[in-house]
Amino acid sequence: MSDTQATPEALTLDVRNMLCPMPVIKTGERVATLAPGDELSILATDPGTLHDVPAWCRVHGHTVLATTQEGRNITVRIRVEAP
Amino acid sequence: MKHPKKAVALISGGLDSLLAAKVVMDQGVHVEGLNFFTGFCVEGHTHAIRTTRTASRQSSPRNNALWVAEQLGIKLHILDVIDDYKDVVLNPKHGYGKNLNPCVDCKVFMVNRAQTWGFMQDGGFDFVITGEVLGQRPKSQIREKLGIIAKDSGVQDRLLRPLSAKHLDPTLPEREGWVDREQLYDFHGRNRKPQIALAESLGFEDWAQPAGGCCFLADPEYSNRLGDMWRARNKREYGLDDIMLLKVGRHLRPSPNFKLLIGREEGENQYLEGYKQQFTHLRITSHKGPLSLLDGKATPDELQLAARIVARYSQGKMDATVDVSIHHPDGVSEALTVAPMPPQKIEKHWHV
Ligand code: SF4
Repeated sequence: MSDTQATPEALTLDVRNMLCPMPVIKTGERVATLAPGDELSILATDPGTLHDVPAWCRVHGHTVLATTQEGRNITVRIRVEAP
Repeated sequence: MKHPKKAVALISGGLDSLLAAKVVMDQGVHVEGLNFFTGFCVEGHTHAIRTTRTASRQSSPRNNALWVAEQLGIKLHILDVIDDYKDVVLNPKHGYGKNLNPCVDCKVFMVNRAQTWGFMQDGGFDFVITGEVLGQRPKSQIREKLGIIAKDSGVQDRLLRPLSAKHLDPTLPEREGWVDREQLYDFHGRNRKPQIALAESLGFEDWAQPAGGCCFLADPEYSNRLGDMWRARNKREYGLDDIMLLKVGRHLRPSPNFKLLIGREEGENQYLEGYKQQFTHLRITSHKGPLSLLDGKATPDELQLAARIVARYSQGKMDATVDVSIHHPDGVSEALTVAPMPPQKIEKHWHV
């Protein structure tokens, strides 16, 4: 069960300026507090995030909805799936 | 219905831990992987920092532990243990290896953490798997040390090393029949051929080949820098920023008072930009050149010396003078025009 009352669009994780594997670690910690169906936008600057967060989602069965990159800024949007 | 037994596998991203997990999974055990981020890991950060160097060393900046988990089709949990790991690095009960690598204590820590983590999960986990191979590392993987790791971690005979199991006493999972000892292995020593043959027979074609060790503490240059930092501060301690910065740039200590950290390429300069508010930093203004941080306190004469050294690593190194601006953390800046130091004047022992 989610311990947050937030709407899906309000769920954002800011890991800008963190280097891998911290974005993945923080993503894992945050997802552990969310419920299936929640969507989380991960804001990052380390290009490794583009590989690692999708890989982490694949091994944990979550869905990557979109990845975008504008200059240094990377956003990976994921949907939490049931374990 | 009988529930399958569950094992936590330490996954470093290298071949041995991949194989160890795989052979146990193939016996019907539910395996999940655990990977620890200590701050000293070779992976991850270095990819991000060293843009051009990385490109020549490794074709893709993948996280090898995650990649292994994908190959195996298992979950991988990456844990941040930076703070708790400090005691391992600063006070290793079993001492260091060749460099500042506290391998025995490190394994004790990780195996213990794996068990604790397993206990905390729904339904718990029954045992822990590592890819250790008897005799592969002269100091940490001899028989006596493998025994110490099992004992000091508190995991005892719930610690299974599938690649060398036949050389070791039967563990609980083997005695209870959770895994069939006959289907485990008798690898021993430094020869990697048996692992490579096993990998091929299991259909793996690609794996990471960590050279020397799984972390920077096993690297002589890095250990030397860490030791130098402790000596300069007169205190054995570190924070994440400290140990990250030891991975980046050229480090020169021309005086006991300060050390210069000079970016070697664009990726490193970019990375150092993130720290410039915390340090006195030097920029070359007349030519292209690196960003440099000054760690410590320099006298005016020493600032002059620092500027000359930094100028030597700029594109103006052959010119008569180079302009350098020095920015202090309190916001005060000064500009110097200096003669770049000739290479032969840069003392060898300054390099750390
Ligand atoms: S090389 Fe580093 S990570 Fe590997 S066992 Fe030794 S201390 Fe631990």
